[in-house]
This record gives sequence, C-alpha cells and structure tokens, in this order.
Amino acid sequence: MEVKTLEQTGGFTSKLDDMVAWARKFSIFQYPFITACCGMEYMSTACSHYDVDRFGAGLPRFSPRQADVLFVVGTISHKLAPVLKHIYDQMADPKWVVAFGVCTCTGGFYNNYATVQGIDTIIPVDVYIPGCPPRPEYVLDGLMKLQEKIQIEKKAY
Amino acid sequence: MGNLHDRVKERWPHAVLELHDDRGDETVVLMRDDFTVIMKALKEDPEFDFQMLMDLTAVDGKDLGWKPRFEVVYHLYSLSKNHRLRVKVRVNERDALMPTATTLWAIADWFEREVWDMFGIRFEGHPDLRRILMYDEFVGHPLRKDYPHNKRQPLIGPKN
Ligand code: SF4
Repeated sequence: MEVKTLEQTGGFTSKLDDMVAWARKFSIFQYPFITACCGMEYMSTACSHYDVDRFGAGLPRFSPRQADVLFVVGTISHKLAPVLKHIYDQMADPKWVVAFGVCTCTGGFYNNYATVQGIDTIIPVDVYIPGCPPRPEYVLDGLMKLQEKIQIEKKAY
Repeated sequence: MGNLHDRVKERWPHAVLELHDDRGDETVVLMRDDFTVIMKALKEDPEFDFQMLMDLTAVDGKDLGWKPRFEVVYHLYSLSKNHRLRVKVRVNERDALMPTATTLWAIADWFEREVWDMFGIRFEGHPDLRRILMYDEFVGHPLRKDYPHNKRQPLIGPKN
C-alpha cells in the first residue's frame, strides 16, 4: 500500500494551543456593557454597515456567563463601578476586556467626583480603544488587535 | 392686564422680594414663608394655571458672595395659557430648608431629591428624601462650591 505524506492527504500539523486560540478568536461572544453615548457608535459597528460579524463577533450575549469579551462602552461612574466588577467576576475564563472610548480608558474629560478614572483601576483591560466616541474603523482595529492577542496568548482550556 | 410677574406682585405685594424679566424670562423672588400658598394659587388659579413644573434646581452663590447663599429655582409652565414663570426662593446655609412642592406637582419628588443630593437643601414634607444620583455612602454635596473639586469617594478601587 502506498504511504501518503500528510500534505498529500490534505491534512496539516499544528499545535493544540494554536488551534484552540484560532477557534476562540473567531468566535467572540461579547457582552456589551453600555452606559453612555459611545453606545451609538457600538451599535453602528455592530450593525450591517460595518458588520462586526465578519470578525466572528456578531453575537452579543446578554448574560455575562455566556460571554468571553466584556465590551465596556461609556462613562463608568463610581456608583456603577461595583456592578461592573460583579459582571466581570461572573464571566467564565478565558475572558477579555475591551475599554471602548476615552471615558472607559481614562475617565476622559470627566475628571470629577462621579467618574471612575479608567476602568483599569477596577478590572484588567486587554485592549483600549480611545476616541470620543471612537469611529467604527477604530473599533474594528481594536477588535483585530484583540484577536491577535487571543491568538498568541496561552490561556488554559 | 400686566405681565405675569407684575400680576404676582400685585396680588402678593408683601411676599415678592424682587422681580425682573431679563431677556423675556419673567422671574419672581418669593419669601419662603409664603411659598406654599402662592405656588398653590399659581397652580390652581385659572388666571395662572401652571399645570407643569418643568424644572426645579438650585444655585450656590458662595463664590459670588450671595447672602443668603442658595437660591432654589422653580420653572413653571402653563399648557393652557402657554406662558412661563420662574420662581426663586433664597435660603440660608444654616437653615437650608424648603417646603416641599410634591403636594402640588408629583414630579417635584425626584427634583427635590436631586437638589438635596447635590446642594444639601432639605425639603420639609417630602415623602422620601434620599440621595438620587450619588450613592448612600457618599459624604457631602458635590455641587456646593466648597466641595473640593478633586475630592473622590470611590466605592471600590483606588481612593483618589
Ligand atoms: S468617550 Fe465620549 S462618546 Fe464615549 S461615553 Fe465618553 S463622552 Fe460619550
């Protein structure tokens, strides 16, 4: 019997880590935590014109227990901070966080008694997307950066 | 028939401290003691017929040297007559207390909670005077001019 090489059979070799990471980066289930005006830009990104589904991130889940990426979209006040932390804690590993808009990155121009000065003071953040609000192109760029990060990261499975 | 604020002055001459119509916004400044009676009349009297309380807020005049320090401001609107009136009452810091308007306009409930939360002015007779924007753990009233602009009171995370 003729022995075929792996290439001849149409197969290929990879590492399990890479395979899992590849699957993960194209099946992002996001949890949109939307509090303010950036939400409009999030909607525009998510809808058909910019079509976030091209990146495998088209299905938002409205339960943190079913989501892998937490999109924090909009100003976070000190009153809301414990809620955000609670949501983050409820998400199952592996999980990632995207800070969407300057308000979530640094507090933006709201340096006042009410606003959290960057959500990274409360939860870890993987990708920062600045802008007030960021254009959808920015958001997609951020999403692609997140995918790169997911690909090279070694997270347990 | 004069302007609205003139009519208010004619009817309650002793209770109106001041009136003006800067850029067409008719304003009367009332004494606190007569506030409830006059507001009730403004709402119920067909001559005024102010069914709506559009806004209720306050101003802290500390940096402007106001005495008394606060002004509580009411914006009234009449749907039937299509006219507006702004009513102001001045209150002292020591005695930062107003009679409630919730008995006349239900909407005053949340407005008064906001003014209490932001300026620390209490409303006597309010059914449930709690903070509305800030959390219960918050100390002080952030829109008072003497609230330090860089003071932070986070519930979680770094303290400043
Ligand atoms: S970054 Fe700008 S657009 Fe986004 S929530 Fe803040 S203020 Fe609104």
